Amino acid sequence: MGRGLKIALQAGAVLLVALLVALLGWQVFRTNEGRELAGKVDSGQAPPAPVFELEELDGGGTVSLASLRGKAVVLNFWASWCGPCKDEAPELEAAWQRWRDRDVVVVGINLQDFDTDARRFVDRYGLTYPVLQDREGWTWGRYGLKGLPETWFVNTEGRLVGERFEGPVSAEDLDENIRLALESEA
Amino acid sequence: MNRALFLAVLVALVAAGPVAASEEHPTLAELEQEVICPTCHTTLALSSSPIADRMRAFIRERIAAGDTKGEIKSKLVDQFGESVLAAPPKKGFSLLVWLLPLVGIAVAGIVIGLLARRWSRARAPAQPDPSSNGRAPLDPDLERRLDEELARFDA
Repeated sequence: MGRGLKIALQAGAVLLVALLVALLGWQVFRTNEGRELAGKVDSGQAPPAPVFELEELDGGGTVSLASLRGKAVVLNFWASWCGPCKDEAPELEAAWQRWRDRDVVVVGINLQDFDTDARRFVDRYGLTYPVLQDREGWTWGRYGLKGLPETWFVNTEGRLVGERFEGPVSAEDLDENIRLALESEA
Repeated sequence: MNRALFLAVLVALVAAGPVAASEEHPTLAELEQEVICPTCHTTLALSSSPIADRMRAFIRERIAAGDTKGEIKSKLVDQFGESVLAAPPKKGFSLLVWLLPLVGIAVAGIVIGLLARRWSRARAPAQPDPSSNGRAPLDPDLERRLDEELARFDA
């Protein structure tokens, strides 16, 4: 075997192993990123909310989290097949109606669902706040979601504040955390 | 040669038959093995989650409507992304997933072949020259001197 060929093969092998290690590291980092985010919120830190840009369920275009800067945002992750999502839907719509004139926006993020089922759900519960579709489940990993529904609160500076709810959220919890999101500054 | 070719074509046709039938007239059981439940990350066949039940109902509806397997998978990808497929599609960037193992095997084969060739050369015993009567060949310079001495002796 020629010396040049030998060096080329060795360099190729090292490069391949480095690439695989980098891919593994990236995957581990991304998985932990979401899990750490939930931990930071639970411990009272105010980490920046992972940004996203998703299509609206009604086909009205896309909405990005960055475009909502300056408003308190209630992020509700849901699916039509999820029982607790049905329980909390009227509370979320009522909170939207109570707060929509005060720089607050409720955003529903529909995950792991069929478009038709999600639209039927929106019609059935009369939801008028923006509902976005995350077909690829991008926010699932970035926010470290454990199940549906989950509700998070973003303050006017784009940071996650207050409590994080796994399961249905009540009117009292919504009001309390919306107030916190409006008042809190990092 | 012709017989071998005929057999190869026959085998290919026999193998292609069920594949084409499966593509045109898929069954729920087949698709349950080829589609992933987005909540539990197992195949639909192994999942009893609500979304898996809903996906099974969707697949039944599409089979009844006469969709091919490819069409059903495509509709599921539209809804849930490519991660819904148990095996990545053989196109675009996902093609790498299919090709890389083959390239890896080919490269490993070449490397092993080259190394084996090198080792076999290094270990092969020196073949004696049949004309040297089993002895090691003489150094050319020594051989030349020997010829000269012999010629002088003969003279």
